[in-house]
Amino acid sequence: MAELHVELVAADRQVWSGEASLVVARTSSGDIGVMPGHQPLLGVLQSGPVTIRTTGESGDGTVVAAVHGGFISFADNKLSLLAEVAELSDEIDVQRAERALERAKSAADAVAERRAAVRLRSVTGVH
Amino acid sequence: MGATLRVYKRRIRSVTATKKITKAMEMIAASRVVKAQRQVAASTPYASELTRAVTAVATGSNTQHPLTTEAERPARAALLLITSDRGLAGGYSSNVIKAAEQLTERLKAEGKEVDAYIVGRKGVSYYAFRERAVQESWTGFTDSPTYADAKAVAAPLIAAVQQDTAEGGVDELHIVFTEFLSMMTQTALDDRLLPLSLTETAAAAAEGKDGEILPLFEFEPSAEDVLDALLPRYVESRIYNALLQAAASKHAATRRAMKSATDNAEELIKSLSRLANAARQAEITQEISEIVGGASALADATAGSD
Repeated sequence: MAELHVELVAADRQVWSGEASLVVARTSSGDIGVMPGHQPLLGVLQSGPVTIRTTGESGDGTVVAAVHGGFISFADNKLSLLAEVAELSDEIDVQRAERALERAKSAADAVAERRAAVRLRSVTGVH
Repeated sequence: MGATLRVYKRRIRSVTATKKITKAMEMIAASRVVKAQRQVAASTPYASELTRAVTAVATGSNTQHPLTTEAERPARAALLLITSDRGLAGGYSSNVIKAAEQLTERLKAEGKEVDAYIVGRKGVSYYAFRERAVQESWTGFTDSPTYADAKAVAAPLIAAVQQDTAEGGVDELHIVFTEFLSMMTQTALDDRLLPLSLTETAAAAAEGKDGEILPLFEFEPSAEDVLDALLPRYVESRIYNALLQAAASKHAATRRAMKSATDNAEELIKSLSRLANAARQAEITQEISEIVGGASALADATAGSD
């Protein structure tokens, strides 16, 4: 099966890299799925969960990451996800995210609320 | 103990204490350089991917954007100077300030006004002492800058670039910082961030990838929107990279300055111990000759009384 190389990088570190068969991300005009051989693409990401179906060396599985803003770029079977802040679902502290969500709700901070909600959604897998 | 010997001993003690301090500072700086270097390396994937994307959009579309178009008659330029908060780093701050001065001169000669934006207390106090106008300044994070710091620095700069020149905006954005080349070499450097010189970026991309042809991208939602979102991030990441390199350079400069201070202290201790030894010997010689002289005087006196 054809595979594409994925690099998920945050501003200050490389979060994840490996082979994948499908990547689903949320752009500003809706969810987009990229499979191997996709046309070269450059899009603006919205904060939301990114789902990576891994194959090959990385093993068959799913990697979910919470991505807050950034870009998706695909060319030559190489996909890069650039985000200012990106966290893998297993790095996210659920209790902390829940607390942050409560705090954001009470402070009526829409941005922080959305960020916390995206984190929680990435962990629980409810999209 | 003789007076001179006591003075030497006291000076040796004080220099030894100083040496201990500089040695400790050298080791702290050395460990921080490694950490800062690692941070620079960690930020590289994001910066290089972003540069690739910017190059792709800028060459792959005919979009006009205030951040990529050159003004016909640039009237004002912003200068971001990155210095450190603390001294004890040899010529680090003065070198980068000198580079900023040269750039300011050059821009003024080209007929542009220069707006100064400054990071680090050393630069701020340099400008304050000369009573020069500073648009904005930031201090407190030069030792280990985070991406949030870079965003805070970039925000007013991007706003100024997007504003009309007549209303106080700027046409160009220059950055002056110290580039970290190696543990021993750091050079002060000025660089024009905006407007992007696309020919250069494109040429660099082509060179780096053996003339790889950039693919024709599909933009989501549109080339303008992508560029709108991309360029501020690009500026932020460049500033972040500059801050990190400046921090690494600062630590390397501190390490070097402290190493030479330690070496000098060692040298000083050596020559002071020599002087102290000579003083001790002189004292002993004097005491012996006094005793001998006293004994022979006594012997003469007893011989005379007989």
